[in-house]
Amino acid sequence: MTAAINKRGSILRQLIALLLAGAAVLAVILFFVVQGFARQLAEESQDNILNASVTAILDTAAVQQGELTLDLPYSAFSMLGNLSDDRVFYAVYSDRTFLTGYSDLPQIGTPSPERPLFETVTYQGEDIRIINAARRLVSEGRLVTLTASVAQTRNGQIATLNRISQNAAALGLGFFLLTALMAYLAARSAIGPLQRLAASVSRRGPQDLRPVAAPVPAEMVPLVGALNNFMDRLTISLARSEDFIAEAAHRIRTPLATVRTHAENTLHRVERDENRASLREMIRAIDDSSRAAGQLLDHAMVTFRTDHLEEEEIDLSALAQDMVHRLGPLAELRDISMICNTPAPVVIHGDPILLQNALRNLLDNAIKYSPAEGDIEVSVTASETQAILTVRDSGAGFPVGDITELTKRFARGSNVDGIVGSGLGLTIVDEVTRAHNGALSITNNPKGTGGCVTLALPSPS
Amino acid sequence: MRYLGLALALLITPLSAAGFEVEDHARFGPSDAAQVVRVISTGDIPVFSPAIAKFLELNPDVAVDYTVASSTQLMLALNKEGAEFDVAISSAMDLQTKLANDGRTRRHQSAATETLPAWAKWRDNLFAFTQEPAAIVLSRSAFDGLDMPQTRQDLIAILRQHPERFRGRIGTYDLRASGLGYLFATQDARTSETFWRLTEVMGGLDARLYCCSSQMIDDVASGDLAVAYNVLGSYAKAREDLTRFEVVLPADFTTVMLRTALIPSASEQPELAGQFIDHLLEVAWSETPLESYPFTPINQNRGEADASLRRIRMGPGLLVYLDQFKKRSFLNEWESAILQP
Amino acid sequence: MRFLLVEDNEQLARAILDRLSIEGHVVDHAPCLEDATAFIDTTDYDLILLDIMLPDGDGRTFLEQHRRTADATPVIVLTARSEVSDRVGVLDLGADDYITKPFDFSELQARCRAVLRRRGGAARNQVALGDVLFDSLAGTLSIGGQTIHLRNRELRLFEVFAGAPEQIFSKSKLVDRLFSYDDDVSENAIEVYVGRLRRHLSGTRAQIVTVRGLGYRMSIS
Repeated sequence: MTAAINKRGSILRQLIALLLAGAAVLAVILFFVVQGFARQLAEESQDNILNASVTAILDTAAVQQGELTLDLPYSAFSMLGNLSDDRVFYAVYSDRTFLTGYSDLPQIGTPSPERPLFETVTYQGEDIRIINAARRLVSEGRLVTLTASVAQTRNGQIATLNRISQNAAALGLGFFLLTALMAYLAARSAIGPLQRLAASVSRRGPQDLRPVAAPVPAEMVPLVGALNNFMDRLTISLARSEDFIAEAAHRIRTPLATVRTHAENTLHRVERDENRASLREMIRAIDDSSRAAGQLLDHAMVTFRTDHLEEEEIDLSALAQDMVHRLGPLAELRDISMICNTPAPVVIHGDPILLQNALRNLLDNAIKYSPAEGDIEVSVTASETQAILTVRDSGAGFPVGDITELTKRFARGSNVDGIVGSGLGLTIVDEVTRAHNGALSITNNPKGTGGCVTLALPSPS
Repeated sequence: MRYLGLALALLITPLSAAGFEVEDHARFGPSDAAQVVRVISTGDIPVFSPAIAKFLELNPDVAVDYTVASSTQLMLALNKEGAEFDVAISSAMDLQTKLANDGRTRRHQSAATETLPAWAKWRDNLFAFTQEPAAIVLSRSAFDGLDMPQTRQDLIAILRQHPERFRGRIGTYDLRASGLGYLFATQDARTSETFWRLTEVMGGLDARLYCCSSQMIDDVASGDLAVAYNVLGSYAKAREDLTRFEVVLPADFTTVMLRTALIPSASEQPELAGQFIDHLLEVAWSETPLESYPFTPINQNRGEADASLRRIRMGPGLLVYLDQFKKRSFLNEWESAILQP
Repeated sequence: MRFLLVEDNEQLARAILDRLSIEGHVVDHAPCLEDATAFIDTTDYDLILLDIMLPDGDGRTFLEQHRRTADATPVIVLTARSEVSDRVGVLDLGADDYITKPFDFSELQARCRAVLRRRGGAARNQVALGDVLFDSLAGTLSIGGQTIHLRNRELRLFEVFAGAPEQIFSKSKLVDRLFSYDDDVSENAIEVYVGRLRRHLSGTRAQIVTVRGLGYRMSIS
């Protein structure tokens, strides 16, 4: 009955994926920001020391007796050694004339005394950070520009950067993992009310159409509202269907009852055979139509109920006894004896009202088609997997050849002329049996006379 | 004697074609060895032969070719002339540092180098295997009746009080000739102004200038010298005639030199060179003193217990006094102090 | 017997009243629950016939209240609803039985008899016909200390005769009383049952006499 649900995607997975993607992006950004910041810091600190170093060198320049002197301070280079074990190079020029240091050290641009120049270049096959600064001196009334370069390899800086990068990566990863965990928990808790709602709705019995009253988060209010609304309409519609069927039955049956009772009363009063015959015909016609209406309504109700089967544990034996007892007066009218052979309780899962109706139809048929003073036997037995209910009568049996046709709507046995019936009886029995995943078989008693109808219903495991 | 040794070396050395001065040369190990480690060193052969012997014991198919040169000549050989050596051992830390800074050395990393403390290596290019203090060697006879000075200030005071006793009997490095002497002097100058006062006092007393520690010790032992300043303490303490003189580590501050080994970039068998250096380091840094290690056990000063010991730090700072301007002005100043007319 | 019919449909009620009167019963008619309560309070009834859909309420509510009173009169519910939905509810609420409209009067009678029999037959309906004692509720004839159980059709046939001794009943009328309208039976089928009664009554003062050309009657000598 339940249509396959068209499933696409998962909110939980989408939510987690989205949050994880966000976390990943943030983690990567975090990594690059930290790394970039560290690089900038490392470069700045190296630049600062290079600047201090070159300044210290230039500060010692002096003109003594017309000669330029330069007294490299020990700290100018040792301060560079404090930072790392990097190689240090330097060069000093006076107006483009090489004075001391490494003559092949690249000169970058022309610095002004106010603003030193920094650059990263390659020297002796290694990246070096180089500073080039200038200072003006007056020597013999002439302006001399002294430029000094100090350079340092960047191994230490790169090692520091690598270390920071690793830490940043670990930080990013940690951040990601933490966020992932939180994303999972957040998604779970976000999806929780939905799952609780689904669980509470699916826990309900088929007839429980009350609106959802448990508090739900604001986001779910439209969904729950729609659900409640839908259930309201369903409740109304179901009630209407039931009411309609009941009302229809009432409207049809009450006037029929009036007419029939009058006709019967009249039959008692009239004497002439022709009138009596036509009154009998009239009563038969009324019975015919009332029975047809009854079975149509029954069938509608059965169809309605099989759509939402209300299953409970029932004792098939007790149900059979009850029905035999209930129909006893009807059988008695024709001096038919009904035997109920139910040695032990047989419990199955089923809709009691539907099963009662099915059995009633079977017994009705049996009573109707049995000869006066005949026998009807109802027996309930159980095998390991099945509960079996059998109704045997001593009537004419079912016509050979059209047994399978019998359960079709409005089909009637070809040998039952003269007996009132709509033909829906076996159809109802068949539908009820199918709704309970059971099997209906119709046979004739091979030895004597009479038909045999067997209902095989699955036992609860 | 130095010149004799030099002449001897020139005679017997096949490397005499090289443009640098070789002081001594020796070959250890089998003549048909598959591999030869060529070592250039400022250290005297007898000092290193036990360690080399031990190395050959462990590596029977290897021979060691050992060349002795002054630190300046060693620098010249490796820096300018590109002579092929596999290991360079020198007491001139500044020059060794410059070689490493200028990219003339190879990086070497091994289990042995990992165990060194940070101050004992630089850039994994330079490895220290000794700690050798610069000491003052005093002749006991010359100081007869006087207190042995324990600081530079004490020494200055005594020299000033007894100029006649010490005139012409003070020896120190000729900074122009000895790289080690220059290193000691610059470090002293950097540490304290006392150095310049002492130099002037020594200059005033007609100080004699030497190329090498061993000669100064010889002259103190023979009584020619009363005071030898900035002598390698390890050499002095190793002498058998130790009773004639006293080795004083100045209490105001004692400069400690680290003898270092490196692999020149021109080496064609750096792995073998690495093995040799590792061996040297293992010998040096052994927890128990070994016979093959002729120096004061390096581990003794590991705890930095003595505050007066000033270990020379490896690093770019050492480049400063190698700067030609700086060197020229330093030597000018020194000359004017030590060579007084 | 005294019946209370609670039925709001006037025409149907009249028809049922008419029919029950023919059978010789006393019937009161209440068109709504209020009236029904009033009747019950003032009169003892053997049986109540109760319609479920009433203008002033649901018959089931009435049933529920009625059941709470001790020694309540048996109730047979007349329902126009489908068999499926009403049955369980009605019986659970305490109806003794129910019958679906439209109904065969024979069935109604049979159910009434069954209900009364089950309730212990407070008002035993014993009729003495000469030396024959007839208990219609138990379906027995007592003859000289001997009890004969009548089969259903025999019982109903005897009931017809016993209800009006000496009255002549045509075969056609008797057929109508014994057989349902969808049984196609000839009038001769009645002779079988008359024969059976005669065998039971042989040797007693109550006899079923053939009135040639008209039918049968019971005569008590």
